[in-house]
Amino acid sequence: MLIETINIVLLGMLALTALAAVRLHDLFAVTIMFGIYSLLAAVVFVVLDAVDVAFTEAAVGVGISTVLMLATIGLVGRHEQRPVHRPLLPLLVVAVTGAALVYGTLDMPFFADPAAPVHQHVVPYYLGKSPEQTGIPNVVTSILASYRGYDTLGELAVIFTAGVGVLALLGLRRRKRPSKEHPTP
Amino acid sequence: MRDNPVLRIVAKIIIPVILLFALYVQFHGDFGPGGGFQAGVIFAAGFILYGLVFGTEALRNAIPPGLLRFAIALGLVLYAGVGATTMLLGSDYLAYGALAHDLIGGQHLGIFLVELGVGVTVSAVIVTIFLAFAGRNDP
Repeated sequence: MLIETINIVLLGMLALTALAAVRLHDLFAVTIMFGIYSLLAAVVFVVLDAVDVAFTEAAVGVGISTVLMLATIGLVGRHEQRPVHRPLLPLLVVAVTGAALVYGTLDMPFFADPAAPVHQHVVPYYLGKSPEQTGIPNVVTSILASYRGYDTLGELAVIFTAGVGVLALLGLRRRKRPSKEHPTP
Repeated sequence: MRDNPVLRIVAKIIIPVILLFALYVQFHGDFGPGGGFQAGVIFAAGFILYGLVFGTEALRNAIPPGLLRFAIALGLVLYAGVGATTMLLGSDYLAYGALAHDLIGGQHLGIFLVELGVGVTVSAVIVTIFLAFAGRNDP
């Protein structure tokens, strides 16, 4: 009962934060709303016992992406442009897509249902064999780095590509050396 | 923000703690929540805080862009290199058991190395993206 109450309060606050982010026109405030949204999502992950995911969400969603968005706002200014078109068509698309997604969840097994197919495939093998095969107490780490090592290598390649892409598009300036070519007036 | 003494002092006190915590998350990921991705992001956050308070120019002097570019590739090469090493030792790609005499020891060493690779690349990429965006406004 307590968990249900916490879930309802958290999900309600998530919805409120999302609505506030949509309604606000000051991009600085919108960025802070996104940060609050990620923090609430991290708390939801803790309630779901997914501490590793919550850790990542708190570090990346609240910290890094907020800073990156603030840096971008510093470049482009904090005021939203007036939309040229009326937002009716996008609203319709979003409503239809959302309804389809909700319809899709009706077929899904209930949360934490032990009979759900996802818990019957390889999960019992990992949970049972991980301590003797890897000797690592945190099963999340042993799955991520050992059983699913190829996937993690791919994820790292994605991050590598993102970094190389930013370097190629924006680049980093070299360190400023004291030069005689540009004397200060 | 460079002229605010409270910000400067607090940042100077807290940045070593952030970096130390990142190392804890990195090397304690086998036992508790955490691992290379989280540790890399926290490590980068320490540098980003330095850049926010003291300016991107100071951050660029603290970590040269050449070192960042090197570290971005180093982490991925370390991860892929562990796989190549296990193949050279006569096992499958990324089968860590071949790295040591017993299976458990090999798994420990392999997971330690690939998580280190993840942490190095992630932190370098995040600091690079921050510098690329925030450094554009510099005079």
